[in-house]
Amino acid sequence: MVAEGSLMKSSFSEKILIYGILLLWTFICLFPIYWTATTSFKTAASVTQGLLIPWIDFEPSWKGWRNLGFSPDTIFTESNPREEFLARFFNTAIISSSASALAVILGSFAAYGLSRFNYKFGFMRNPDISFFFLSQLILPPVVLALPVLVLYRELDLLDTHIGMILLYTLTVLPIVIWIMRDQFNAVPIELEEAALVDGASVWVSFFKIVLPIVLPGIASAFILCLILCWNEYFLAALITSTDAKTMPVMVASQISSQSIKWWNMAAISAALCLPLIIVAIFLERYIVKGMAAGAVKQ
Amino acid sequence: MTKPTSIERDPLYVVAPPIVTDKTKRFGHIIVWGTFTLMFLLAIIQFLNTNEHITFGFKTWRPVLYAYILWACAIGYSRVLIYGEKGKRTLFVFPAVMFILSIVIFPMLFGLYISFTDWNLSSIDGREFNGLDNFYQMISDPYYWNALKNMIYYVLAVLVEFAIAFLLALLLNSQIRGRKFFRIAFLIPLMLSPVAVSWMVGKSMLEQRFGPVANLGRFLGWETPTFFSSPEIARLTMMCMDAWTFIPLMIIMLLAGLQALPKEVLEAAKVDGANKWTMFKNIIFPIMLPVSLTTLVIRIIFKLKLADIIIIVTAGGPGGATDSVTSFIVREYRDRSNVGYGTLLSFVYLILIIIFMTILIRFVNRWLQRAA
Repeated sequence: MVAEGSLMKSSFSEKILIYGILLLWTFICLFPIYWTATTSFKTAASVTQGLLIPWIDFEPSWKGWRNLGFSPDTIFTESNPREEFLARFFNTAIISSSASALAVILGSFAAYGLSRFNYKFGFMRNPDISFFFLSQLILPPVVLALPVLVLYRELDLLDTHIGMILLYTLTVLPIVIWIMRDQFNAVPIELEEAALVDGASVWVSFFKIVLPIVLPGIASAFILCLILCWNEYFLAALITSTDAKTMPVMVASQISSQSIKWWNMAAISAALCLPLIIVAIFLERYIVKGMAAGAVKQ
Repeated sequence: MTKPTSIERDPLYVVAPPIVTDKTKRFGHIIVWGTFTLMFLLAIIQFLNTNEHITFGFKTWRPVLYAYILWACAIGYSRVLIYGEKGKRTLFVFPAVMFILSIVIFPMLFGLYISFTDWNLSSIDGREFNGLDNFYQMISDPYYWNALKNMIYYVLAVLVEFAIAFLLALLLNSQIRGRKFFRIAFLIPLMLSPVAVSWMVGKSMLEQRFGPVANLGRFLGWETPTFFSSPEIARLTMMCMDAWTFIPLMIIMLLAGLQALPKEVLEAAKVDGANKWTMFKNIIFPIMLPVSLTTLVIRIIFKLKLADIIIIVTAGGPGGATDSVTSFIVREYRDRSNVGYGTLLSFVYLILIIIFMTILIRFVNRWLQRAA
């Protein structure tokens, strides 16, 4: 990483330009978050005046968070919005983590098989099977949405966690397979051959030898899936109504309701984004690794 | 059914003692057919029950689903019983294949059928086969063609996003302090839910009376900053919001490519006295071509699914100017609950996407071969 630096000496004015552009883009990336966070502490008057800086422009108030039941004076009292919010939060957490886990399990097995053995299912050889998996990526959710909606009604899976988990697993499975195939290809086969010579079965060598090596890759895939599932709105809006309703659906329904209270919406949007912002800050390495795995082949 | 046969030597070659006997083979066939019969019987009972030929049966089709899962497991287990070691290898791929087949192929076949029916969820008559009527309706539906036209604009916007992402990736890759900070900051928009972005940016920052962007616009001399009233500006606004969320993805992929550039080549060019622009044009860009094209293809795939922010922020307005195909179909379904027509539209869209992606990937491959 340092090598490019010695390669490209920049003059002072160029440096200013580089940092200028980088800082500008940082501002563009972070300002909406700053805006949302501050707005959640505004009152009606400070919203309509478009004030920006807390304590200097306006006096922060807990109004938005109080309505949600998260302000210091309401946090220990009973609060229906908070119950509702937490229920949605845990729905989202359960659905997205289960779906990601399922996708990682199914996807890792498939990717390992494809990287180690030659298959022939009917006319399909390994490249065809890989293509079959990856082609699911271009399937737009809207194509599946209506048939699945009708099918789920017959199967009594509408508005259930299981139903959502299955659909989300499907949407992220190709991504897992894509990332994990490269990971397994990078593991030298000799390691497993040694184990097999010692009499271990294929599955034992997979769990005992290969799996520990690719664990960071699995973590990347899992986090990427988690992000995609956590933010998914389209399918959840169609399939869920009360029991399994996820946070994005709840937030979206609040947006479209007639009387939007800005401080409320800001608080709720901030709460929706906060978990993943924390994930981004602490697990950035894994996220980047997962995405980069797709870009750089060989 | 899935028959595993090794064509040539597997990369991982396994020699294992045979574990298959006639007895295990027979048992394997028995469990597959046994569970299949169970599922079949349950399905028949359920079918007769729903059509009110018989009175007993279950409330929903769920028991059939359980029988189906049991059957799928039996097939998987029977692979090992019948084919031994080869069957064990099949088990790696089998669950994922079975999963996708169950959740994609069945609904797709079902969808194909309902796309030729007139089926209004709210009407009592249920579905009625109406042949190609939906198709003729589509041909003369200006809003669908309009949505497709918008998709072309949206996809073309990817090129601009790519240029911005490439520039930022180059800057991130140059000698700078605080690279980690910038990387995290640049990554964050991708983490945000499109729903939250719709409110944070679309509904509040772009609010025309007191949103900060509108204030900035006024400050810069734009007298009436409105972002969603004229068709062109509304479309541009949606493009910007979508770009804002997805540029991080492109930056990361391109940055990974830049970091994998062969250092020796860059050193050599430097020694030869190449300046930055010729270096970029003649060396970095050509070497980055495969990564760039992969990035573009991935981005286009995501772009073709664009819907959430449009549904929430503009609902396709004004006058369909910002509609993507998905958001249009959703409206068609929500407003008129016309499942048959909506499904046909989505299938036509799928076919168009497949054609487009096939051409695109073939084009990309040819380009890469010529470059190599």
